[in-house]
Amino acid sequence: MKLRSKDILGIKDLSVDEITLILDTADSFLEVSTREIKKVPTLRGKSVINLFYEASTRTRTSFEIAAKRLSADAINISASTSSVVKGETLIDTARNIEAMNPDIIVIRHSAAGAPHMLASLLRQSIINAGDGAHEHPTQALLDMMTIRSRKGRIAGLKVAIVGDISHSRVARSNIYGLNKMGARVFVAGPATMLPRDIDTLGVVAYSRIDEAIKDADIVMMLRIQTEREKQNLFPSLREYAKYFSLNRKNIALAREDCIVMHPGPLNRGVEISPDIADGPHSVILDQVTNGVAVRMALLYLLTGGSNS
Amino acid sequence: MTLLLKGGRVIDPSRKVDGQADLLIENGKIVSSGKALTKGKTFSDGEVLDLNGKWVVPGLIDMHTHLREPGFEYKETIASGSEAAVAGGFCSVACMPNTDPINDNRSVTEFIGRKAAECGLANVYPIAAITMKSEGAFLSEFWDLKDAGAIGFSDDGKPVMNAAVLRRALEYASSLDMPVIVHCEDKNLSAGGVMHEGAVATQLGLSGIPAIAEEIMVARDLLLAEYTGASIHIAHVSTAGAVRLIREAKSRGVRVTGETAPHYFSLADEALRSFDTNTKVYPPLRSHEDCKAIREGLSDGTLDVIASDHAPHARTDKEVEFDYAASGLTGLETSLALSLKLVAEGALTASDLIEKMTLNPARILRIPKGTLAAGADADITVIDPGRQWTIDRTLFRSRGKNTPFHGWIMKGKPVLTIVGGVIRYRDV
Repeated sequence: MKLRSKDILGIKDLSVDEITLILDTADSFLEVSTREIKKVPTLRGKSVINLFYEASTRTRTSFEIAAKRLSADAINISASTSSVVKGETLIDTARNIEAMNPDIIVIRHSAAGAPHMLASLLRQSIINAGDGAHEHPTQALLDMMTIRSRKGRIAGLKVAIVGDISHSRVARSNIYGLNKMGARVFVAGPATMLPRDIDTLGVVAYSRIDEAIKDADIVMMLRIQTEREKQNLFPSLREYAKYFSLNRKNIALAREDCIVMHPGPLNRGVEISPDIADGPHSVILDQVTNGVAVRMALLYLLTGGSNS
Repeated sequence: MTLLLKGGRVIDPSRKVDGQADLLIENGKIVSSGKALTKGKTFSDGEVLDLNGKWVVPGLIDMHTHLREPGFEYKETIASGSEAAVAGGFCSVACMPNTDPINDNRSVTEFIGRKAAECGLANVYPIAAITMKSEGAFLSEFWDLKDAGAIGFSDDGKPVMNAAVLRRALEYASSLDMPVIVHCEDKNLSAGGVMHEGAVATQLGLSGIPAIAEEIMVARDLLLAEYTGASIHIAHVSTAGAVRLIREAKSRGVRVTGETAPHYFSLADEALRSFDTNTKVYPPLRSHEDCKAIREGLSDGTLDVIASDHAPHARTDKEVEFDYAASGLTGLETSLALSLKLVAEGALTASDLIEKMTLNPARILRIPKGTLAAGADADITVIDPGRQWTIDRTLFRSRGKNTPFHGWIMKGKPVLTIVGGVIRYRDV
């Protein structure tokens, strides 16, 4: 089996079979990163451009390591400002990159839909590494990989996603993916951070964390961006930490064997208390490890690899 | 110069006429209409056009366009906009003041008049700014602007956020018998938004502009009109709530008229799923329910006018990320065909539609147009209701090729646009 599209733009576009294919392939790549010589020749002679219009350490490094472990050449371009401010349009930048004949372009951009625009214009494969508040498919895939490896399945699990749902591409991609894979998804956050008509995504929304995490198998905490305070989305970090963080007390509402996830970077003491982040339920660093494997899988599958 | 339009279906809501008749034009004026006008006469000095099966209607009026000149000639000029107008069947267009400089003083108004006269295609009526630089603080010189040729006032593109300022504008304008056209949007509620707030925006992760950003201002402006006794015209109505508020105000006798644009009854926010920046308009494309309410508002007379809100943009304004793209679509050359669908679908009679594109805007703007009565200027649009054609943006006369309707197969098209007795567009 192969992927249907040349691009990975969002989880919304992927079928259950495709998600399963990616997760299975990622599982098989996990071992490469544990070898003494962490490199296979699979993508020798291929090049991957990481085009990052938004600051990123974890995701960009993860894509770079994934490419290098497959022997592809990885080139990082970070645009510190948006294409508009910089003076060259995104399309022109992309066409210039295309003219240098890379095989895959990984793009992160603050504007939703930017990867879709490139995908429709360029012959290269485009991987969306996060577009605005729209999608972050590789994050959702690594999250699903982590859930599957810890729980042995995804179907039937209760997943709570807590935080700023409105502005979270991680939440959207996970909602799409987890629903497709048969999990039940609950979201929670201050009412100001639950987007309008969120129920149309197939979730149950709460404005109290306790209701969402009750009996949850998975608790996924989202990073709170401190500048949202100025937009009146919550009154203060102090209040947010007091009423919306995951801590030793409220985690008792979740299942005893629950796992705690976070896409990073952490605001310790804001959305998650340090003892939970470092505690026995936490799989936050597994997520990072799995991220490399998922991205290796995608690079492999998009350059024509299959699971046969 | 004489022109005889023979055998068309003459639809003239100003005289409640709808039936087959001939129309005789001499020296730029309509001489008469009726049956067999030239029986027994020879007809040497002029042209006879057989218009059997066509509609002959008063020259269409688009009371909401952006011609972009002065200042944004790379998007459109008065000349290219005029060409687009007549190709779209419009004899008259009113142009909004958000140019650079803003049309808030006599010299800009006169400049527009001069440019329009130079190209001499369509009648161009400048709408001047309500407030200086459209900043919402201080009134522009209404009397002087009127003398210079302005026919109404609007800060279109921006709301007058300060209610006290709009109150004074309504009072002052009513003493001149001039229309005030309001762009209803609460800037605080719409801040940062790029599309209609709802399920689609939530799924796409794009920031929303809630329907209430429009409705709260419509409600406020209706109260101001009622209190001052002035008339008010609500531009580009896009939401069900705004239709409901206007309907209710009309039933109480408030002097309000309402306008919508073809895209608000032709497309819903679902169209944005493609991230096509041509679907980014302002106010945004709303939900299916809103589209339905706009149609109902047109059907029951709550909405008096269909205007294109022609907003041409250059490729460079649109070929960028959705968040950064300019808002607006180029509408002069698609407005009529999209509106004719309402007739085909039974939402409006032909006569109702023509009224909303001729008589009603003429009355609101207080201009002597929108009629085929004897003695009137010979502004006439001929429509072939059966003509099938495909919208092709590469063929637009407008410099703006920004349309989400490219490739749509339409039925019904303007085929003859006569302005002041002269044929300015011909496709027969």
